[in-house]
Amino acid sequence: MPITPVLTKRWTTDESWLMRTYEDDGGYRALRTALGTPQDDLIQLVKDSSLRGRGGAGFPTGMKWGFIPQDDGKPHYLVVNADEGEPGTCRDLPLMMADPHALIEGIVITCYAVRANHAFIYIRGEAVHALRRVQNAVREAYAKGYLGGDILGSGFDLELTVHPGAGAYICGEETALLDSLEGYRGQPRLKPPFPATHGLYQSPTVVNNVGTLASVPHIVSNGADWWKAMGPDKSPGTSIYSLSGRVKRPGQYEAPMGTTLRELLDMAGGIPAGRDLKFWTPGGSSTPLFTAEHLDVPLDFDSVAAAGSMNGTSAVMVFDDSDCVVRAVKRWCEFYAHESCGKCTPCREGTFWYVQIYERLERGDASEQDLETLLDLSDNILGRAFCALGDGAVSPVTSSLKYFRDEYVAHFEQGGCPFRGRGRARVKALSGSERA
Amino acid sequence: MTTPAEQTMPTPDTSVFDGITADADAIVARYPVGRQRSALLPMLHLVQSVEGYVSAAGIKFCAERLGLTEANVTAVVTFYSMYKRQPCGEYLVSVCTNTLCGMLGGDEIHEALKRHLRIDDNETTADGRISIEHAECLAACDYAPVVTVNYEFFDQQTPDSAVELVRALEAGDLPMPTRGAPPCTFRQIERQLAGFPDERPDALAGGGSGGEPTFAGLRLAESHGMADTDGDRLGGGGGDAASGHEQAGKRVPPTPQSGDREETTRVTSEEPPQGGVARKAAEHRDDAEQGMRADRGGEDD
Repeated sequence: MPITPVLTKRWTTDESWLMRTYEDDGGYRALRTALGTPQDDLIQLVKDSSLRGRGGAGFPTGMKWGFIPQDDGKPHYLVVNADEGEPGTCRDLPLMMADPHALIEGIVITCYAVRANHAFIYIRGEAVHALRRVQNAVREAYAKGYLGGDILGSGFDLELTVHPGAGAYICGEETALLDSLEGYRGQPRLKPPFPATHGLYQSPTVVNNVGTLASVPHIVSNGADWWKAMGPDKSPGTSIYSLSGRVKRPGQYEAPMGTTLRELLDMAGGIPAGRDLKFWTPGGSSTPLFTAEHLDVPLDFDSVAAAGSMNGTSAVMVFDDSDCVVRAVKRWCEFYAHESCGKCTPCREGTFWYVQIYERLERGDASEQDLETLLDLSDNILGRAFCALGDGAVSPVTSSLKYFRDEYVAHFEQGGCPFRGRGRARVKALSGSERA
Repeated sequence: MTTPAEQTMPTPDTSVFDGITADADAIVARYPVGRQRSALLPMLHLVQSVEGYVSAAGIKFCAERLGLTEANVTAVVTFYSMYKRQPCGEYLVSVCTNTLCGMLGGDEIHEALKRHLRIDDNETTADGRISIEHAECLAACDYAPVVTVNYEFFDQQTPDSAVELVRALEAGDLPMPTRGAPPCTFRQIERQLAGFPDERPDALAGGGSGGEPTFAGLRLAESHGMADTDGDRLGGGGGDAASGHEQAGKRVPPTPQSGDREETTRVTSEEPPQGGVARKAAEHRDDAEQGMRADRGGEDD
């Protein structure tokens, strides 16, 4: 069983969210180590560990830190992307609720390394349970001298501001997040220039995900080789896999990168009795769907990409043969249409027309032509949208058409959803034909 | 430029916000000097803590504090779903209807609540007590289907448990969320969102470290007596850690016939310890899922 608690290990400790619990477990020791280490050595350590960003894209963290120009006379910033909202993704909020000091320790170390004296935690607004814990942990850290002026006598100063969002999925996109943090509508910026040189307030900025930063103290304490010993060489460390949907025990399972769905299902007690795995997302709704044929794909950044999807946020949503894929994708399309910021035409219009076609499919008056239109729309969004939201919206549409075209056809051949009103026999028969 | 429409519009009276000017200044002080516009999002939450929504007066107040135009502020208000343009009820009930929650029962919950309250989405009951909305993914998929009340989580709901929850709100008998602090009003939670912490003594500990799905992997590790993999934090446990890594690092082909599965099922099949509404919800969950499937079979028309 590959379960490997590192980031999750404190979560069941009594009052895990308090400073005293964290310190009793050795917390903030990594910070002392870091403050006695030259900053460039810390950046090199994280490069050597091959830590990759946990926010979805998997960009090498040390390289991102290394892009920050030094001695440029400008203020540097760290912005924590805690705007968790990708459908299926649910691991950052539990981390901040249970163990907020792990995040704060990672923030202080990172800021010291990249020479930033002000950091911001942009936390999703609809997450008051996590916000409350983070606010309290920040207060505790100031009181203990882990934040503020001359931290632990090192001469390093850091202010940390907790900034709540206000309900907009697009603000998880790093440049939209920066605009939102500056007090504007959350719309993405043209890249380049990248945040590393022109980020918050047009200054050099590192934007890192919660899980990425919470990994940093462990790497400082245990070394790059320790981290690299877990998971594949190019995508090492642990990942918190979030299992949800049709599994017996949904929840958070921390395991080395490269764990397979077969192994995860074993841990989660499998699919409910009498049901079969039908489709699943390896890393959230923006990652192309997988099916039962992908049970043994190692879930790490490179292996999932090689198999035609993306590892994303390790958000594994599982659906079984009682679930209609058209209904699932329709709802995701409605989500993307609702959350499209409207800045670029392909995404704004494309997601709107997706929804119109899926409504026709559910009503039973779509046609073969509509399926072609879905693919045509997808071609006009993918790679042509301003940011990754548009690309993400395409993923469930094209991947479901690839694997389940018969089910789409059944929607207009049978005058509506075959999963509604025709009983289980019909559903079973249909599922059988898909696999044949 | 002033349009004729603006000339006839009454100037909003911002005196209702006189009591929060110091708070507004405290928000501005969190950001670097000269970057006061960053205070706009939390300041709009603060405005909602006074009026329960963002009124024309609230927009004017923020614009004046930050040296912006009212058009600047309005553009921001209309972008974010948590800023309400109509007075929100004391209790904002949000039902996740994104794909996963929706298919596990969220759609039925949403319908049941609208039917019970006799209002539509984004509306408020006549007594101003309860508003309902559907929400996009609330990042609690392992607790699906979820409902929040003023953003506090009520996990693993069913149509029945959600109606029971709303009945309790109607009666002023506030149930504890599954994960979160004792409920407070929409305006009070908006003050927390503006960055003014919840000072109630029982608020911080509310919800513990999380619910059973949060701990699912850890429980498995504990049941297998797995050592902490983080050698350094154990103080000299380097040997254990090293062997742990090696085991963890090697990618072995999956062996479904291994003893793990049996062990897993045996150890963790106990009912998770949950309280109140959550427990009831868990009890109802299986029934509801069966009911949902039965529904699908029955809608033959």
